[in-house]
Amino acid sequence: MALQYLRNAGLGVWLALWSLAAHADYTWNFPTPVTPVALDTLHVHNKFMIIIMVIFLVVLGIMIYSIINHRKSKGFQAAKFTGPSTKSQVFWTLVPFVILLYIDFILMGIPAYHSIVLMEDTKNDAEMVIKVTGLQWRWQYEYMDGDAQGIKFVSNLATPQDQIENKADKGENYLLEVDNHLVLPVDKKVRILLTSNDVIHTWWVPQFGVARDAIPGFLRETWVKIEQPGTYRGQCKELCGKGHGFMPVVVDALPEDQYKQWVAAKKQELDAASAGADKEWTKEDLIAHGKEVYDKNCAVCHQITGAGLPPAFPPLTGSKIVAGPNFDAGGKLLVDSHVDRVFNGKNVMPAWKGVLNDVDIAAVVTYERNALGNSVGDVVQPSQIKALR
Amino acid sequence: MSTATTAHHDDHHDHHPTGGIMRWLTTTNHKDIGTMYLTFSLIMFLVGGMMILAVRAELFQPGLQLLQPEFFNQLIGVHALVMIFAALMPAATGFANWMLPLQIGAPDMALPRLNNWGFWLLPPAAILLTMPFVLALFGVGDGAIATGWTFYTPLSVQGGIGVDFAIFAVHLLGISSVMGSINIIVTIFNMRAPGMTLMKLPLFAWGWLITAFLLIATIPVLAGAVTMLLTDRHFGTHFFDAAGGGDPILFQHLFWFFGHPEVYILLLPVWGLIPHIISAFSRKPVYGYKAQVYSFWAIGALSVVVWAHHFFTVGMPVPALLYFMYSTMSISLPLAVLFFCWIANMWKGSMSFETPMLFTTGWIILFGIGGLTGLVLADVAADAQYHHSYFVVAHFHYTLFAGGIMGIMAGVYFWLPKMTGHMYNETLGKLHFWLTAIAFNVTFIPQFFLGLAGMPRRIPDYALQFAEFNMISTIGAFVLGLSQLLFVYNIISCIRGGEKASDKVWEGAEGLEWTLSSPPPYHSFTEQPVVK
Repeated sequence: MALQYLRNAGLGVWLALWSLAAHADYTWNFPTPVTPVALDTLHVHNKFMIIIMVIFLVVLGIMIYSIINHRKSKGFQAAKFTGPSTKSQVFWTLVPFVILLYIDFILMGIPAYHSIVLMEDTKNDAEMVIKVTGLQWRWQYEYMDGDAQGIKFVSNLATPQDQIENKADKGENYLLEVDNHLVLPVDKKVRILLTSNDVIHTWWVPQFGVARDAIPGFLRETWVKIEQPGTYRGQCKELCGKGHGFMPVVVDALPEDQYKQWVAAKKQELDAASAGADKEWTKEDLIAHGKEVYDKNCAVCHQITGAGLPPAFPPLTGSKIVAGPNFDAGGKLLVDSHVDRVFNGKNVMPAWKGVLNDVDIAAVVTYERNALGNSVGDVVQPSQIKALR
Repeated sequence: MSTATTAHHDDHHDHHPTGGIMRWLTTTNHKDIGTMYLTFSLIMFLVGGMMILAVRAELFQPGLQLLQPEFFNQLIGVHALVMIFAALMPAATGFANWMLPLQIGAPDMALPRLNNWGFWLLPPAAILLTMPFVLALFGVGDGAIATGWTFYTPLSVQGGIGVDFAIFAVHLLGISSVMGSINIIVTIFNMRAPGMTLMKLPLFAWGWLITAFLLIATIPVLAGAVTMLLTDRHFGTHFFDAAGGGDPILFQHLFWFFGHPEVYILLLPVWGLIPHIISAFSRKPVYGYKAQVYSFWAIGALSVVVWAHHFFTVGMPVPALLYFMYSTMSISLPLAVLFFCWIANMWKGSMSFETPMLFTTGWIILFGIGGLTGLVLADVAADAQYHHSYFVVAHFHYTLFAGGIMGIMAGVYFWLPKMTGHMYNETLGKLHFWLTAIAFNVTFIPQFFLGLAGMPRRIPDYALQFAEFNMISTIGAFVLGLSQLLFVYNIISCIRGGEKASDKVWEGAEGLEWTLSSPPPYHSFTEQPVVK
């Protein structure tokens, strides 16, 4: 009776779970692999899962048999053995361990060795090198060789704050979209160097099957060879502060000719941006551009209003540093001035000189001095920042 | 002469503790101290549970609804520190204090005053851990530690005063554990009843003996690591700072050298206690006693040489990756011995499924899932996908909640009648088991799939494809949390009254503790029992 009821109940639960699976976006395994390492990992994972599932079910089966039959309520008399006694018993006691030894060190252990060697083979036959720098809370990408050499840009989360605060509907790639995608050619082995400007981050794209820590003061490396064109999304995987969940990775893998086109276009775009450093900007233009830079890079700590989050992140509104002079009479940068803080950083305040260009830095400083409740009045020109480098 | 001795002897029969606060502050009685450890542990379990329910409430849907990211990061880290150091470890220590002298036939622990101090370090440590939350409300500091319980540098060098409070809390907790460990080792080696050779020691005592050695070996390393962090933060050292010649990864090595043995420190007392329950409720003697003892030693020894599997993505040379992978996988062998022995103990027994046995049976299955998923994590290349994703979160909750906490719950139901003299409510106990076991799976099975789908851990908000599983997990978590109120109610009712418990309590229970009354006399054994 009880067994019948249990069976029907169990069947009901099973069906309910499957119906749940049918109508929603459930996934049960890794996303589609697009690199050799990701494919290898998927196969290793599937093999391992089947093995542990079998082990689990066999052991569970034995336990359930015992629970049903070796019960006091069934009148079963307890045996008294405390170990194997006959030769045959000793043999069958050792069999599970031999099986486990085989599974651990031969069945899984040997392929695991080859997987590691594959994953760590970062240098041989690499066709290009990129450098990934982790920052709080964005990624910076730099192309180190080939046609793209010199391309360097920051990749910020592009999801609007409204969506995060539930004031607007969430887009399809909520929290997995950025302003500047990393673009790589398909079918080329790309060696990826990683470092960080502040704390440990981890660069991860699940479909690439690689995750590697970005450690300040050190270079680490990994590699990918993307075999399918497409857009691939990942996230930072090492807790790095309050923006940890908000620094995604987006990679476009393009066929060779489209990649070359992108390289040319990006170089033009970057040249135009840095050319702006030589001309004289109006105060209004600087403030307008500065607001964009501020909202994207500075507001996360100093807040949109400039109020900050003391004691960790000081307010900019009414700040003595923001109100103070930047250069002395001779035109030299004053230590601990507003520009010095932004350009060179201090403690937790990042050094933006390696991240933002001259126009951006000049604009954001001008914005901070003439908005956010401040009215210092003066202006910083991009050429003044360029002179500091 | 003899009359004077007899009169002196009679006085002790009437010895009752004096009541009030001073009794509890100054007691050196192992049962009193055990009770304090267990009470503290239960309270902190609920505190840690409430923190994570706030976290799961935020994770119910995508978007930030309830918590700001910086506060979210504080809650997850303090949740872990509370559960590990203020709930699990004190619970195991509470049982050690209560039961070890009873099980070996001793009147008390070897070092009773050290025992008292070991407990009383804990409440200040708990206050230190949680005080930064309160201080932040008054504008002092920016909250508790927000680096996760692992304190990784340089993030922890950056952090506010919450990190300093956590460092001092960890110091106090560590000192308490080391003092308790010294006490346990000295007690086990010196105060066993005549006839109780080491190879007749109850398995619970063996489990704790190895745990105590592990604690003494590794807590000082943790203390060193967090002190180096303190000096990097405030006294100009550069242990973990590349610009000063140091290395952030040094911290990870030091931390996990403690951290990996720590998980076996959490589990060994439970592995020692579970066979007692299986044997009692199968009405069969312990199966494979020697094999289990040797397995404890093997696991203890292996646990100190596998630490780097916690940070495979950090960029280690290939030989190091291979070594740590194969050594980690070897731990599956002595663990398999233990599973074999537990199931062989059940086999052809005459089992009944009162609450302790229900918990134990569920424990074997759920801890088994935890262990098997740990084996999978050992594969270095695949670990790039699992590391720091929800797959790991699910794995360690199977080992630490199902393995640690549910094991302690089994022990509570098993020993509560002995400790209080009353039977607990069996129906409520069974209900607590089923609700806990089912809700636990509803909470954590989706998390395995979240990890595989690509969700990192320690994030307050997530992409849309992770929404359904997060919602299911949160519902499970709330049912799990609320079910624990049944446990608390049952314990309190049992302390206050209930059906009278016999000395033996359980038909199949064996061991010296079951020869004393329920509850035992204040000084436990006043005459040494002899073990044949």
